[in-house]
Amino acid sequence: MKHALGALLGAVTLLGSAPSIAQTALTIATVNNGDMIRMQALTNEFTAKNPDITVKWVTLEENVLRQRVTTDIATKGGQFDVLTIGTYEVPIWAKKNWLIPLDNLGSDYDTADLLPRIRDAVSVSGKLYAAPFYGESSMTMYRTDLFQKAGLTMPEKPTWDFVIDAAKKLTDKSAGVYGICLRGKAGWGENMAFLTAMSNSFGARWFDEKWQPQFDKPEWKTTLSTYVDLMKAAGPPGASSNGFNENLALFNSGKCAMWIDATVAASFVTNPKDSKVADNVGFAFAPNAGLGKNANWLWAWNLAIPAGSRKVDAAEKFIAWATSKDYTKLVASKEGWSNVPPGTRTSLYQNPDYLKVAPFAKLTLASIDAADPNNPTVKQVPYVGVQYAAIPEFQGIGTTVGQQFSAALSGSSTVDAALAAAQSAAEREMKRAGYIK
Amino acid sequence: MARKVTSRHVWMSTAAAWLFGFLIFLPILWMFLASFKSELDAFAMPPKFLFFHWTTENYATVQQRSDYVHHALNSIIIAGGSTLIAMLIAVPAAWSMAFSPTKRTKDVLLWMLSTKMMPPVGVLVPIYLVYRDFGLLDSRAGLVLILCLGNLPIVIWMLFTYFKEIPKDILEAARMDGATIGRELVYVLTPMAIPGLASTLLLNFILAWNEAFWTLNLSTLEAAPLTVFIASYSSPEGLFWAKLSAASTLAIAPIIILGWFTQRQLVRGLTFGAVK
Repeated sequence: MKHALGALLGAVTLLGSAPSIAQTALTIATVNNGDMIRMQALTNEFTAKNPDITVKWVTLEENVLRQRVTTDIATKGGQFDVLTIGTYEVPIWAKKNWLIPLDNLGSDYDTADLLPRIRDAVSVSGKLYAAPFYGESSMTMYRTDLFQKAGLTMPEKPTWDFVIDAAKKLTDKSAGVYGICLRGKAGWGENMAFLTAMSNSFGARWFDEKWQPQFDKPEWKTTLSTYVDLMKAAGPPGASSNGFNENLALFNSGKCAMWIDATVAASFVTNPKDSKVADNVGFAFAPNAGLGKNANWLWAWNLAIPAGSRKVDAAEKFIAWATSKDYTKLVASKEGWSNVPPGTRTSLYQNPDYLKVAPFAKLTLASIDAADPNNPTVKQVPYVGVQYAAIPEFQGIGTTVGQQFSAALSGSSTVDAALAAAQSAAEREMKRAGYIK
Repeated sequence: MARKVTSRHVWMSTAAAWLFGFLIFLPILWMFLASFKSELDAFAMPPKFLFFHWTTENYATVQQRSDYVHHALNSIIIAGGSTLIAMLIAVPAAWSMAFSPTKRTKDVLLWMLSTKMMPPVGVLVPIYLVYRDFGLLDSRAGLVLILCLGNLPIVIWMLFTYFKEIPKDILEAARMDGATIGRELVYVLTPMAIPGLASTLLLNFILAWNEAFWTLNLSTLEAAPLTVFIASYSSPEGLFWAKLSAASTLAIAPIIILGWFTQRQLVRGLTFGAVK
């Protein structure tokens, strides 16, 4: 009896001292994009391999997310452990020490496999501050059937002259078909993403080497008048309120002969479930003006850890999983190769299974390679970024300038007045921020 | 002498009223219809009104992806809690200002309203820091507090306006009969002010239900109400109107049902005092 009691006591003591698995709950903030939603659905695969970690998702609209996350990170609120941020934020936030460098992604992570342009965009002083989840550039998408009917052939690297001429020829307003659909909705990430990339191809720049705004220079006038004239002649009505989604809907319903926008749209327009023109879409580089720069941008959505997080190890484990080569394979096995997040890893573009289902893959890769954030335009610039300047003031200035350009497109302002207003607004803000006197 | 009203005149006014009502209702109807469309149909130009392929797929997606009940429960607790606390503070405040005004009463009323004149984003960072330090971020208590404080000036103003309409003589008569302040409030003032109280309560509940700035910025998961639920369906790259419409329909359904059943009180309260 005495022995039995002793044994029981011993067992209880042992049980009590056994290490219990402590649960770490990660809160991840993200945007509502198809690839992110897919990642949410696959979270169980991660937690099954990491039973000590639970994952909670906060999905928000892009602008709400940006405001919410910026407030939290600036005040070290500690509400999030993993953030989804763009390439615009990464260098700015890293310099403010708001992000934790990703040093422990694991030996099999293969950082060298990340596309060099994308890796550079999320690195500061050689250190990775965010891991790219999916990346994109921009390109020209066009209707092969309409081009064939009109006897036109799209070159691999079209010039603006060709695009303008083709857009005018392909416009058939009575049939509701417009030669070209371009972004017109005001916003630094909307019309200004397109127009800044377009301006690079015409040799324009946001600021000169001394941070002086450049909207009073002829390159910007050429850019804006080309854009406004083209849209007036061959664009859809109400284009000043069209962003990515509106143009996607127009293109998918057969109303645009050409559309220059994010490479990520390629999988949407070729998906027969959502697109009426899925079988008749061709791809080409974003246009150029013969100055050595195409009008294409560079963007990636990335996962990063805010400095306020107290669960860095678990967060880094999650990021390593979600941006790994194995994750790509996992998505392919569950949902097919056409649904894997594109634009981040070299190995994906060498994978024959992916190349088979993604006819746009090579062009996407070439477009990403062609966009250089450190050398975005013809002349030298003091900023980093292709379709933006990675300085905190850019969001505000970009949106103000975007409103002016959108007004020029809608006809409520002229090209000259919009450029003059953009110049004075940019000068005012840059003076206020201390860049110029 | 009463004016002669022709039947043609009545018909025209009725038709105009219906047309006006329909125009106001149109966005809600459009959202409801869009929630049953495919994403491509929701974006179709020219728009498809009734003749499209009806589908409940969007509702299934929303149910699968989000915990609607969790968000709805948070909305009820946050809107209900903030409204009740605001009423508890506002009734005595409005009573004292309506029945025992001082020479500063008008200034106090204006000062209270002035807090509504500043855009809330102006105080986002200080409030966020205070909430962080008091552990109120992503808590229902924190949201109840901020919405209660945010709506308090409007509640006090509304109640003050209603109370002002009640003749002072009735309260004096109650006092002469020996009623204490408490009894005066409960037995004399309250029954007379019920329409006003009811409409203030309902309107404040609706305002708190729809509040989207503080609820989006101060909540993350646990306390996130339906505004966060809706915000998760807007997408920068990809069609989302149909799913967003389904989420919005689910989010406004409870408040529309509440408004439907209480519309008599709402209208009575809002027109209370209009006929002097």
